[in-house]
Amino acid sequence: MHIAEGILPLTWAAANTAVALPFVLKGARDIKARAEAEPGVKPLMGLMGAAVFVVSALPIPVPISGTCSHPTGIGMAAILLKPLPAATITGVVLLFQALLMAHGGLTTWGANVFNMGVIGAFAGYGAFAALRRLGLPLWAGAAAAGALADLATYGGAALTLALALHGEQSVWTVWLAIFAAFMPTQVPLAFLEAAVTAGMVNFVVSRRPDIAARMGLAMWPRKEEVPGVA
Amino acid sequence: MSPNRLWLIAGLALLIALVIVAAAQPATEWEGVDAAVVQRYAADLGREAWTPFVNVQGDLLLFVFAVAGAIGGFVAGYCWRDLFGPTSIVKDVQKANDA
Repeated sequence: MHIAEGILPLTWAAANTAVALPFVLKGARDIKARAEAEPGVKPLMGLMGAAVFVVSALPIPVPISGTCSHPTGIGMAAILLKPLPAATITGVVLLFQALLMAHGGLTTWGANVFNMGVIGAFAGYGAFAALRRLGLPLWAGAAAAGALADLATYGGAALTLALALHGEQSVWTVWLAIFAAFMPTQVPLAFLEAAVTAGMVNFVVSRRPDIAARMGLAMWPRKEEVPGVA
Repeated sequence: MSPNRLWLIAGLALLIALVIVAAAQPATEWEGVDAAVVQRYAADLGREAWTPFVNVQGDLLLFVFAVAGAIGGFVAGYCWRDLFGPTSIVKDVQKANDA
């Protein structure tokens, strides 16, 4: 999903940055406001930032395809912090990775942030909210969010490449070819991400119901799953 | 066994299984999808990746990834202790009272 330096024409790179930047800035304001109002949630924000940083730079081998890829951690961050703060975390993480680890790029920063921090975060959070409203258990919503956020991130990367580089071919044909090429590696990792996201969200809710309630995890019908919230 | 532990064990088991099966396969380069998919399709469509502005390679790249992982791990562990350690809730109550 890390589109490398120079892959996108500069006009596309600038357009992607212009689209991603408002999400990152609004998320930063949300983080500041939340941290000032409730200092108790700062460690959760720090934990999510560190987790997304490590996980999104962790190449995992997938024997089916013979290639490596990394999970994103963005579904977990979007559920626990909300999508906009997750977009800000993505922006900071991808900036460090581009500057220090030759992972991604500065010209493609906006595109990578939009794919992971906006498309991935909102897709994951949307799936979680929809499934919870339908009355599914916490673990099911979190697992679906983890998997969908991962796949949506890669779908977004494929769309970015298709829109920028399709040339004479149709965007749809190019998108489908690139997205399909991601799938043998990314589907097994989506299952892994589903398990980790479900485990982490369940863990936070059971061990720190106070923080879970403050972060809005009790806003859907099955409030009884958050201990102490009637 | 609690559902939390079950989910964490399932995730870890899947991760370990991937590594074991991968190690048992014939030699392969284990190229990342960023190169195997993104850069390959981009090259087919007429765009080559530039050399990164900060171009770390070889063992220096290993060093950078190891240091980044260690720093990320330490930060995560520190925050984890604050969130879930034995005195975490007591500290939060004290902070709220101080505020």
